[in-house]
Amino acid sequence: MSDHHHKETFITKYIFSQDHKMISKQYLITGIFMGVIGVFMSMLFRLQIAWPEHSFSLIEAFLGRHQDGGVMTPDIYLALVTIHGTIMVFFVLTAGLSGTFSNLLIPLQIGARDMASGFLNMVSYWLFFLSSIIMVISLFVEAGPASSGWTIYPPLSALPQAIPGSGAGMTLWLVSMAIFVASSLLGALNYIVTVLNLRTVGMKMTRLPLTIWAFFVTAIIGVVSFPVLLSAALLLIFDRSFGTSFYLSDIFIDGSVLHYQGGSPVLFEHLFWFLGHPEVYIVLLPALGITSEVIATNSRKPIFGYRAMIGSIIAIAFLSTIVWGHHMFITGMNPFLGSVFTFTTLLIAIPSAVKAFNYITTLWKGNLQMNPAMLFSIGLVSTFVSGGLTGLILGDSALDINVHDTYFVVAHFHLVMGVSAIYGMYAGVYHWFPKMFGRMMNKTLGYWHFWITAIAAYGVFFPMHFVGLAGLPRRYYMNTAFPYFDDLSDINVVITLFALLGGISQLIFLGNFFWSIYKGTKATKNPWKSNTLEWTTPVEHIHGNWPGEIPEVHRWPYDYSKPGRDEDWVSQAVPLEDGEESS
Amino acid sequence: MLALIYILIAVLIASTFWQLTNVFNLKKNIATEEDNDQQGKLMFAFMIFFYGLMIFSFWKYWSVLLPESASLEGEKIDNLYNISMLLILLVQAIMQYLLFYFAYKYRGIKGRKALFYADSHKLETIWTVTPAAVLAVLIIYGLSVWIDITDTSDLEDPLVIELYAKQFNWEARYAGKDNTLGKANVRFIKGINTIGLDMTDLNSVDDIPVRNELHLPKGRPVLFKFRSQDVLHSAYMPHFRAQMNCVPGMVTQFAFTPSMTTEEMRRNEKIVAKVENINRIRAEKGEDAYEFDYLLLCNKICGASHYNMQMKIVVHEETDFNNWLSEQQTMTQLIK
Repeated sequence: MSDHHHKETFITKYIFSQDHKMISKQYLITGIFMGVIGVFMSMLFRLQIAWPEHSFSLIEAFLGRHQDGGVMTPDIYLALVTIHGTIMVFFVLTAGLSGTFSNLLIPLQIGARDMASGFLNMVSYWLFFLSSIIMVISLFVEAGPASSGWTIYPPLSALPQAIPGSGAGMTLWLVSMAIFVASSLLGALNYIVTVLNLRTVGMKMTRLPLTIWAFFVTAIIGVVSFPVLLSAALLLIFDRSFGTSFYLSDIFIDGSVLHYQGGSPVLFEHLFWFLGHPEVYIVLLPALGITSEVIATNSRKPIFGYRAMIGSIIAIAFLSTIVWGHHMFITGMNPFLGSVFTFTTLLIAIPSAVKAFNYITTLWKGNLQMNPAMLFSIGLVSTFVSGGLTGLILGDSALDINVHDTYFVVAHFHLVMGVSAIYGMYAGVYHWFPKMFGRMMNKTLGYWHFWITAIAAYGVFFPMHFVGLAGLPRRYYMNTAFPYFDDLSDINVVITLFALLGGISQLIFLGNFFWSIYKGTKATKNPWKSNTLEWTTPVEHIHGNWPGEIPEVHRWPYDYSKPGRDEDWVSQAVPLEDGEESS
Repeated sequence: MLALIYILIAVLIASTFWQLTNVFNLKKNIATEEDNDQQGKLMFAFMIFFYGLMIFSFWKYWSVLLPESASLEGEKIDNLYNISMLLILLVQAIMQYLLFYFAYKYRGIKGRKALFYADSHKLETIWTVTPAAVLAVLIIYGLSVWIDITDTSDLEDPLVIELYAKQFNWEARYAGKDNTLGKANVRFIKGINTIGLDMTDLNSVDDIPVRNELHLPKGRPVLFKFRSQDVLHSAYMPHFRAQMNCVPGMVTQFAFTPSMTTEEMRRNEKIVAKVENINRIRAEKGEDAYEFDYLLLCNKICGASHYNMQMKIVVHEETDFNNWLSEQQTMTQLIK
């Protein structure tokens, strides 16, 4: 590989880098930056929900003209929940999670020198960066950022007369998301091609670590569903700017009838959720993949049911593309169609249950190494179960009628995809930090970080189910307009206190993360005694990953505690001994 | 300026942890046997916290939950809900126990080797088939309830009412003597005809528009038709387990049969306790006492006053309802 030796400047090494390891770090840092904004927003609107009409200097300090004497306006409240959702779902948990770890791990774990196209990979990151910048800029426009919910249902998102955030703020939101889709498509295509073509000798598909399976399948769902969001956004741009009527019809607002005729908002909902639901799994599958790897390594045990795990990833991915209608049971969609979506939706519980059982069985009779990554992985299984089970209520059309769009839904999806995916991301960062930065993160702070986060997460989202079951709709600026909900104020205060605790405790992570980049203890080559190929590369990053030949693979990645071996691990690169059975 | 100070504080806290890292970082940062022991025990402690939180929440927050259903259809939903919820809680309790207990029990010890256990067809079959069987029952039961509720073709003599949504209030329209709603479109909105009734349609003549309060008869099926004037809204009537979106450009529908009058619900044990609790809280804040009423809320984000888009629902005995309705003016009368 002659091109390893040409001289790298600061710009080609740190900025316009085509090296997957550097791009992965760029994704992670950008994701963390966006995450800080997203989490901070949630703390602001939780203050409003717990203590409406109370003046906060924090709100006064950050919301500028969108507050009055420390009390936020209803419009900015809606904008905060909108941008919080957008940032967390797309910028943190899609790009920040999948972008970081797909980039880092795909070449390293399959035994490739880099991605199939380093250039496209670089373009993918910079498009993501550009879309982040535009999203951040949209926070500062005169009338405020987009505020029609992260699902941007028209007509609300199409008409500035209906809500001020649907003016320039919404335009920037759409531009930002269109660029984001382009970025994620470039990334996903690259991941798919790399996994299919660049595996090292002996790395059969059935020897891939589950992380790679998860990233691979995630990329496929992304390629299938993200373009539909782009079309949905384009049609919305047409309706907004060029007077077409794809989504709009028969609207009377501000004293006059608008010209739109024949469109349907339900069409938008179909297009949006055709991406929106798979998106849940685009967020979740990589986290589950990371967890599989971390749990197996730290249990010193093979992951239980490797093939069943792959099967369930594929089953979940397939089902995820045919369940979107469960977000739309009460939109006026034909009830028969609702029945079909109930059927497909509840089926997802089967592969999900298989995964949960397999994780738990992997722990059984293990020799658990309680590293911070392991704690977050166990936490993920817990929140995945807690949040997943309430899906049985929401996916059942008859039951969805009464809890749809209440806080019950908010609690459900935050546990099952929000907290779970964040835990997966943290598990990944703690586990692969030595690979990314050549140093270790501090474990004591890691422990504190996990336990406070775990307590805060359940403290926020468990009581929240009750708020929803009491009948309180989400996205209410305050509930004092209904005396019927006055008895919810206690719960809302509890939730907010836990939310503040959870938000502030992430500073432990930030402090630890940045400190460790520069001053963490030096990592050894394979600190967790893991079998996968990334730990056969040198600690210091080099272009091309391996100094000599790429190692050949002789076994599956989960030969932990294999009988007849002295060590409790065997690298994938170690040939089978005479008479040794492959698993 | 103030924002800067807050950011500085956050940076300071983070750099405290930065400094703490310095202090703690004498170790190797890979879990030792002591760490395993300590963290494993914390897993057990967390399990106790977790169950404690669940039990505490149920004990403390039971009173805020919705009372029994005030519609016949809602009772069917509640049955299905109770069965699903019991199942969920059972599975939740078992799974979380296994997870945290294993995390505690198998915490790492130096020199112990984990069991090499990669696969078991028997186990995998069990936990694929069992959820599948349980789900089959849930799906069949759930769909039968769903079809029952959404199929409006078998309603006997339903009262037809239109709910009309706009930023940020509700209007209602009763179909009148012919029990047929006249045509309507936003293009006919004019003056007092705020719901765009087409007065050239003969069915519109006896239609009765109503604001502020929605009145319903007990025991008679009500077929709701929903329209919206501007953006998406959702008509949510939690006490009746009823909800349907209001979509501009299209008419949606939902039907239920009220089974308890407002007066009856006010005497319901759960509501009595809840209202007492609410009034205690309101008294502390110096607010007026509250009396229970059924609610129609907007449950789809619709703009700045989304949080206050409501209408009171009053359920009467059927004769009282008919008396009330006969006192209301038709659109024709109103326009004159």
